[in-house]
Amino acid sequence: MNAAPVSQPVSPMGAGPGSVPVLRAERLAKAFGGVSVLSDISLDIRPGEIHAVIGENGAGKSTLMRLLSGYLRPSEGALWMDGAPIAFQGPADAQAAGIALVHQEILLAEALSVTENIFIGRELGGFGRLDERAMREAAAAQLAEVGCKVSPRARVGDISLANRQLVQIAKALLGTHRVVIFDEPTAVLTHDEVDPLLDIIVKLKQRGVAILYISHRLDEVERLADRVTVLRDGRMVGTYDAEGLTPHRMASLMVGREFASLYPARVARDIAGPVLEIAHAQVPGFVHDVSLTLHKGEILGLAGMIGAGRTELFEGLLGLRPASFGAVRLYGKPAHFASPAQAAAAGIGYLTEDRKGKGLLLGERLAPNLTLAALDRVHPLAGLDLAREGQLLERAVASYDIRLRSRDARAGQLSGGNQQKLLLAKVMLNEPSILVIDEPTRGIDIANKSQIYAFIQSLVREGRSCIVISSEMQELIGLCDRILVMRSGRINGELSGDAMTESNVALHATSSSAAHEKTSGRNAHG
Amino acid sequence: MADLAAAPPRAEPGWSIGWGDAGPFLALAALIAIGFLVNPDFLSANNIANVVTRSAFIAIIAIGATFVISSGGLDLSVGSMAAFITGVMILFMNWVAPSVGTAAIPLGMAVALVTGIACGLMNGAIVTLGRIEPFIATLGTMGIFRALITYMSDGGTVAIDRSLRDAYRPVYFGDVLGVPIPILVSLAVALVAAYVLYRTRYGRRCVAVGANEDVARYSGISVARVRTMAFVIQGACVAIAAICYVPRLGAATPTTGLLWELQVITAVVIGGTALRGGRGRIWGTVAGAVILEFIANLMVLSDFVSEYLVAAVQGVIIIIAMLIQRMSKR
Repeated sequence: MNAAPVSQPVSPMGAGPGSVPVLRAERLAKAFGGVSVLSDISLDIRPGEIHAVIGENGAGKSTLMRLLSGYLRPSEGALWMDGAPIAFQGPADAQAAGIALVHQEILLAEALSVTENIFIGRELGGFGRLDERAMREAAAAQLAEVGCKVSPRARVGDISLANRQLVQIAKALLGTHRVVIFDEPTAVLTHDEVDPLLDIIVKLKQRGVAILYISHRLDEVERLADRVTVLRDGRMVGTYDAEGLTPHRMASLMVGREFASLYPARVARDIAGPVLEIAHAQVPGFVHDVSLTLHKGEILGLAGMIGAGRTELFEGLLGLRPASFGAVRLYGKPAHFASPAQAAAAGIGYLTEDRKGKGLLLGERLAPNLTLAALDRVHPLAGLDLAREGQLLERAVASYDIRLRSRDARAGQLSGGNQQKLLLAKVMLNEPSILVIDEPTRGIDIANKSQIYAFIQSLVREGRSCIVISSEMQELIGLCDRILVMRSGRINGELSGDAMTESNVALHATSSSAAHEKTSGRNAHG
Repeated sequence: MADLAAAPPRAEPGWSIGWGDAGPFLALAALIAIGFLVNPDFLSANNIANVVTRSAFIAIIAIGATFVISSGGLDLSVGSMAAFITGVMILFMNWVAPSVGTAAIPLGMAVALVTGIACGLMNGAIVTLGRIEPFIATLGTMGIFRALITYMSDGGTVAIDRSLRDAYRPVYFGDVLGVPIPILVSLAVALVAAYVLYRTRYGRRCVAVGANEDVARYSGISVARVRTMAFVIQGACVAIAAICYVPRLGAATPTTGLLWELQVITAVVIGGTALRGGRGRIWGTVAGAVILEFIANLMVLSDFVSEYLVAAVQGVIIIIAMLIQRMSKR
């Protein structure tokens, strides 16, 4: 394979937006084992255009990308390239046709050098000998193209996340490309690191490369895109001209209604004195000197990027991982929890972000799952009270609106949203007065989301207090009374009232320059 | 996407449960039919009683192993632990017999039980406090128990005192209304075990720990305590089996209980308990133990295969049982 620097448009039609599409998808559909995840998607990408695809988690963006780049084969529909039908048997076919995918996750071998990673599987040389020099030179040229300043000899494990992302892009762009698909390329980057990446994408566009850009960062989409295709629940809402499409409008299209109504209306209520105070928390490797206070009746948001230490803070508090605290006070009294059982007994419930791995026994029926964290409470004797358990399940199914095909279903057979509700019911069985919910709506659909938001709201109305950890800024802004933003294991800002905006959250989540400060607008509930 | 990909039901629940639960019993029925065809003597009441009685001590130990395995552990030390407990018990009874007479027998039983529980506690502590893989931990204690019985018997035998032999005899050879006592004991153990595993908080926790340790931990379950308890139950079961076994053997030797761990684990696995943990089947385990003994009996009664190959056949069975478990997953 030749190692030309960053993609040269080879299409004679690379005349700019508006010309014949390089790649066109017609009525694509994909089903896994009878479950449709994508249906009736038609879109095209033109040379020199940035075509953004937006949608919520689970809307089908990643599946669409995999269909277009040969990782998956469509169940229905067809792909056209330059007006001729084309079918990919695997990613190699798509690459040969000039389609590159920049993966969302960083898929590099940490133990190998930058050069080795770029050329992995397509090394230069012949007769069993590697032409290391040629590869290193080509890698250097490739890195320069994407503005990455690391040495081609550096070990990938030693370079920063942002540079790894650039290496990954350099790798994807090795060779000749006419279509480059970016699957949420900025998801792992901090605010400062995003701009150089966007510049590279614009440069590619100017060379006539057709770009498909997947993101749920709507401000980026607004900046970059020429056209925007919106997906919702595996279907296409439509393709829109980016001109005049505001982030607010995009969000409404994504959720299918004015998204303000997704969140329950704020109700005036008394937020009283502190119920939980954590001072100087240290979780080795994750959390450095974090202090926070939760008030009675409050919904406190914990924002930040993945890896900011939010989950680890509460796992440490519950004795699930080694941690030390300057002080923990529950209702003003010193407290220490060696296990989630002790925390539950003291009235703290924790809903894990990993419901499949840490929340539910997927192969088990619903009733044993429901009562697992409250066995002593549900069954006062050592023997099980199965009748009582059955009643509790009935009650949970009704009050949390858990939809199931049969009472004998296994937890793993429920949809993500119903699993989340079951998990919520499980934690609530201990009647916690303080509930910590980690990623309350990850991977679940809108209808379930809105039910869970309403549920959280009803909790605090009953006088309970709630901490919501979420990577979805809109969710925190829509739900919380106050937001603490964590970055690299520290609290990097506190927002409340009108100061709770996406740009403020993003700023504190990604930028160290916004040192710990308290930003407060008009008090939302005062 | 992962949500949706994982969501489609793998099998109708009714189907998989029916199979998992009925499988070992169907296999047992098939085996009895085959046995009858091979040698009509096989079905004589005498032979059946004989075989089931002999399967009793493996069944009792395997019931304990069902707890260990469904909690995600494994105990390789059961065979040498049985030999060790037998040795301790006999030595104790012989020691006190001159002063207390036949009262040495119930005292010996109590000592056996305490020893078994202590051995189980040791296994459990090494696994949970020491954070050592159960496979390695019990491989170690297997060697320790085996060496101890060899040491105690000085390489020979630890025989029960003649004065106790006749009084103890009925525990293995006696019967109540025609049902041999070891069968009654194993039924009683199975009943209690089935209640504990299916109908108590401990049983729920045990299976939860085996199914997914993280879920158990996040649900406030003390994984270490549950796991240790499973090993203690195992130790108690080994002790009960040893108590029943003493009259038949009359002595403990360095080869007592050799390769029992193979039979025990095989019985548990063909009984439908998941070797990775998370699912325990007490009655399936009992059926598994009976199946193993029937096969051995069949090999003796027929002339197809040398009875010296019994362990080889058991080895083949456990491998086939694991393959069946694997295939029924997908």
